Amino acid sequence: MKNPLDSITGTLVAGLVLLIVLYIFARNFLPLGDAG
Amino acid sequence: MELVIGRWLHILTGIAWVGLLYYFNFVQVPALARARADGTARGISLHIVPRALLWFRWAAIATWLTGAYYLSASGHGFKKAFLLEGESAYIGLGAWLGTIMLLNVWLLIWPNQKKVLGLVDVSEEQQSRAARIAFLASRTNTMLSLPMLFFMVAGSPAHQLGVFG
Repeated sequence: MKNPLDSITGTLVAGLVLLIVLYIFARNFLPLGDAG
Repeated sequence: MELVIGRWLHILTGIAWVGLLYYFNFVQVPALARARADGTARGISLHIVPRALLWFRWAAIATWLTGAYYLSASGHGFKKAFLLEGESAYIGLGAWLGTIMLLNVWLLIWPNQKKVLGLVDVSEEQQSRAARIAFLASRTNTMLSLPMLFFMVAGSPAHQLGVFG
């Protein structure tokens, strides 16, 4: 399998996927604290 | 006032760091591949790469230190952010990603680039291995920069209720 980091497009897509995964984690598992 | 100056310096040094990271990934790597093909790569390797790497690695340190100052001096709290506690958890995620990126710069990219540039004596095989490691670490940082910047921005009190609420 090709490493996505070998291409700029693959790197940006991997970054966006990681962003979405971390966003879902943050929204569901991290406390909102005083702001909530 | 000190807090604003601290944040300003953090953004300023962060632009220098991530700007050079994007320069390496979007400009220099593809350009060097072409320059190698027409025999003009030596000038880039000799005059541009060492200077860009110098600003890059020290901007990374400056970004982390000014970020640590901002977290400590602002309402977030350095420890709270890194322990992902309360409203500091979101900017804390960004801080963790930035810390991983800093470690990548100093533990993987720079030591391996020294081998690539010939500042450390290694065999040709070790040199090409070092080039691959430095390349992948640099690409990893480019990948990490997307969520890192998102959480830095979204983690500010002005945005976090709208983004995570």
